[in-house]
Amino acid sequence: MEKRVTFKGIWLPLLLVLPQILITAVFFFYPAGQAIWQSLFIPDPFGLSMQWVGLGNFEYLLSDRYYRASFVTTAIFSILVTLVSMGVALYLAVLADRLIKGSGAYRTLLIWPYAVAPAVAGVLWLFMFNTRVGVVSWYLGQLGYDWNHVLNEGEAMGLVVVASAWGRISYNFLFFLAGLQAIPRSVIEAAAIDGARFWTRFRTIVWPLLSPTTFFLLVVNIIYAFFETFGVIHTITSGGPQQATTILVYKVYSDGFVGQDLGSSAAQSVILLVVVSILTIIQFKYIERRVHY
Amino acid sequence: MKHTISILAAAAVLGSAQAATAATEIEFWHAFTGRLGELVAEQVETFNASQSDYTVVATHKGNYSETLNAGIAAFRAGEQPDILMVFEVGTATMMAAKGAIKPVYEVMGDGFDQSKYIGSVKGYYTSPDGNMLSLPFNSSTPVLWVNRDKLAEAGIDPDTDMSTWEQVGGVLDALKEAGVSCPMTTAWQSWIHLENFSAYHDVPFATQSNGFDGTDTELALNGAAQVAHISAMGQWAQDGKFIYAGRRNEGGANFRAGECALFTESSAGYAGIKAEAEFDFEVRPLPYWKAVADEPQNTIIGGASLWVMEGQSDEEYAGVAAFMDFLSSPEIQAKWHQDTGYLPITTEAGELTREQGFYDANPGTDIAVIQMTAKEPTANSKGLRLGSFDQIRGIIDEELEAVWAGDKDAQTALDSAVERGNALLRRFEQAAR
Repeated sequence: MEKRVTFKGIWLPLLLVLPQILITAVFFFYPAGQAIWQSLFIPDPFGLSMQWVGLGNFEYLLSDRYYRASFVTTAIFSILVTLVSMGVALYLAVLADRLIKGSGAYRTLLIWPYAVAPAVAGVLWLFMFNTRVGVVSWYLGQLGYDWNHVLNEGEAMGLVVVASAWGRISYNFLFFLAGLQAIPRSVIEAAAIDGARFWTRFRTIVWPLLSPTTFFLLVVNIIYAFFETFGVIHTITSGGPQQATTILVYKVYSDGFVGQDLGSSAAQSVILLVVVSILTIIQFKYIERRVHY
Repeated sequence: MKHTISILAAAAVLGSAQAATAATEIEFWHAFTGRLGELVAEQVETFNASQSDYTVVATHKGNYSETLNAGIAAFRAGEQPDILMVFEVGTATMMAAKGAIKPVYEVMGDGFDQSKYIGSVKGYYTSPDGNMLSLPFNSSTPVLWVNRDKLAEAGIDPDTDMSTWEQVGGVLDALKEAGVSCPMTTAWQSWIHLENFSAYHDVPFATQSNGFDGTDTELALNGAAQVAHISAMGQWAQDGKFIYAGRRNEGGANFRAGECALFTESSAGYAGIKAEAEFDFEVRPLPYWKAVADEPQNTIIGGASLWVMEGQSDEEYAGVAAFMDFLSSPEIQAKWHQDTGYLPITTEAGELTREQGFYDANPGTDIAVIQMTAKEPTANSKGLRLGSFDQIRGIIDEELEAVWAGDKDAQTALDSAVERGNALLRRFEQAAR
């Protein structure tokens, strides 16, 4: 039985949701509409003139094989970032959940990286892996491995994935830990009494009960990997070597703010908007079915 | 007692406010921090103290790209500064923005003597009919930095001739043989090894006089000379004789740490190298290929210039002219040149520096000036004027990385750079129409 509050008339509920609608309209619909409008023009950077090109910007982009390759790069990057940041966070959360003493201190320490801005995190990782003066690359050199992410595409991708995922682990850790602690002890204890070992308990009880958290984090992390990682990429690789780490959002930034090509940049934003909408719809339609609330 | 103080304070505030309104404010947005930022502030203070009609207010707006973006955004909002610093690759963007900028020669008025500015410095910023559109502010040019100790350790005479790439090739062989881990590295690969390379060998980087004659220009950097050079560099990279450190000046850290023997970098690297290098270093002219040219043409500049924005009052433009006149004066220019390692923008400033004995006390600091001014610039060596050039450099960086990694040969990579760069040029042409 669901409890539902009902309003008489339409005006009061409308008034109550008005602030939310206004905020969405001003900060989402208006800029999104502007982006769609701008994507139909090639404007000059100073806004002195605009050339109507219709779908010309989209044609230009989609016929560029480097832009198409950037979709694949983005997919690989997002999947890796999401897997690494969620996997490590879940592992740490499970360990922290089992702690009895000093869990507060561990938790606090594990949350710290979240406070580091992506660009700063990028610089920190860059220093450690600097091909000539980096600490990590020096140790790798001692082991006989020649680290060179400025020319090796795989290494560059690995580095930006780790740097992007690192700060995110804390965030995911917090949610996983809260999710784990919300699972009733009695259920787990009952299973333990029935003779279920840790792994069985995790697979059959913890994981299904944790699925709402996992699903939420999956959506949030993919959006993070799509949109908020460009600071890291900008500081570490600037999209290189060649185009190995040029993800879609980085290209939006570099075409718009480095190249002053606002038409192409706007068209790319629209494409990105469509891609993320489709992804989110897929996630809610297919993956959410398997979530137990 | 308390009252007297507050009255005095109020009077002081009023007094200073009056002084501020009496002088016309000139807004100047720049991209300099650290030591360079301090030197700019010093110039501005000296100017403000020298007269009472104008007050220049200098504001730092981030790095080059950010400063340009801030200027563009401000113009769109009608809040543009009087003077905006724009890096050299943004030149075509500014030139195309006809309603947004006021050419410097117009601001300076009738008595403006453009001939006192060094041709190869101002050339980058002049219109096809030779009028200065912006005022060069900080300009540098690439040179060859040599770690003399490293050469000596490897059993090579530190005074060995390295004027040509053929000779450098021989030195690199010897360095590699002696077990040097980094025989040569570079900064700004596109600027030095393609843009300057083309000017220095008097071959076109792009058609239409490198874009000076129109926006319908196409890249020509896949010519035989450039392909031969990049091919040789690629071979050196494969052999471990040329170590690639990154797209910007990452290689500088390796050179300053004494790891690399040779380093192609801007002449403005002087201050940093002098401060950090614990070895005997030397500046040499940029090498050229004897097989391509009997003697080198001039190199071109990098750096930034000052653009005057449209839409200000006549008094403000008079103030801008006074400030630019001040910046161009021999004393101020000579001091700037000596403090920063940037090139002087006027011939007089260079001569003054020589008279003051600076070049004798700091050998090699005049190499860049000589290299820039030895010959009258040709259509291929006046500079580059290409739209979306910051992005085109990004493309060139990508393609060169493919050569250094051994994924592509020089011809394929440069052909691809031309094809991709031309697509951007066509878009720029359309936007600027």
